[in-house]
Amino acid sequence: MELANIEKLVEKYLNAETSLQEEATLKNYFTGGNVAPHLQEYKYMFTYFKSTKQETYTKTIRLAPKKSNRRNFKWLSVAASLVLLFSVFVGKQQYNKQQERKEAERIYAQVSKGLGLLSSNLRKGENAVAQLYTYENTVNKILK
Amino acid sequence: MNQSDFLKVVLPFKDKVFRLAKRLLVSTEEAEDATQELYFKLWRSKEKIADYKNVEAFAMTMTKNYCYDRLKSKQASNLTLVHSNYKEKETSLDKKVEHRDSVNQVHQLIENLPESQKIIIQLRDIEQYDLDEICKMVDMKPTAVRVALSRARKTIREELIKKHNYGVS
Repeated sequence: MELANIEKLVEKYLNAETSLQEEATLKNYFTGGNVAPHLQEYKYMFTYFKSTKQETYTKTIRLAPKKSNRRNFKWLSVAASLVLLFSVFVGKQQYNKQQERKEAERIYAQVSKGLGLLSSNLRKGENAVAQLYTYENTVNKILK
Repeated sequence: MNQSDFLKVVLPFKDKVFRLAKRLLVSTEEAEDATQELYFKLWRSKEKIADYKNVEAFAMTMTKNYCYDRLKSKQASNLTLVHSNYKEKETSLDKKVEHRDSVNQVHQLIENLPESQKIIIQLRDIEQYDLDEICKMVDMKPTAVRVALSRARKTIREELIKKHNYGVS
């Protein structure tokens, strides 16, 4: 490629009017060996462009984000809620049992109090009857 | 769209995504994270991808937007970007190059360009995209893209000449 032509292309290049093909021509010229001294700066530019394009992304690409942490938390919360449910259930049962026992004790106390009252009253009656018997016995003795 | 179809469509341009991310985010690690994140996003919207005519342009636009978001959140949290690690991987390539310093200067000069010019020069001069495609990716009118590209090229050239003359005299 003759120098005059390159200079023309460079002018177009600076005005951003070159096509991709023309830019490829320029790139070939400037990354090749013979560059005119007064166009030295383009050599740096095109060499840089070329070398930068060779850089690649070397790591492997993962399509799913790391889940391990999140999953642990999820299962932990599931376990915690299960434990909570279970303990509430057991607690409720214990509470019910205790309430029943209290109720039973209350009823027992009431019943035994009532029975005690009944028995003491019965004893009063018995005493009275016993007195009557004694009375009758004495009467009988005298009458005989 | 299953996994192997998806990979067939999206893997060919993973390096381009990575290079664009690196151009914008500067550090290699950041760019790798961005690339990975972008592929998550693409995979999540894989149903939509089947309808797109130009998945690559769509991916590049997403990359651009994602990197801008990253940069914004960085500025908000007052973190500075690490500039130290862009040379590592290039050293082996640069050994072949005669004027290594001057070539690296180009990197620095592009670094100093405004964001939009940076993207456009990356897409055009390094990845060699068609002008129409670039317009779609950066959502700009063709004339605006041309102006930005021309300005970027001229700036790089002038700065190079300036540095070169300074070095000589």
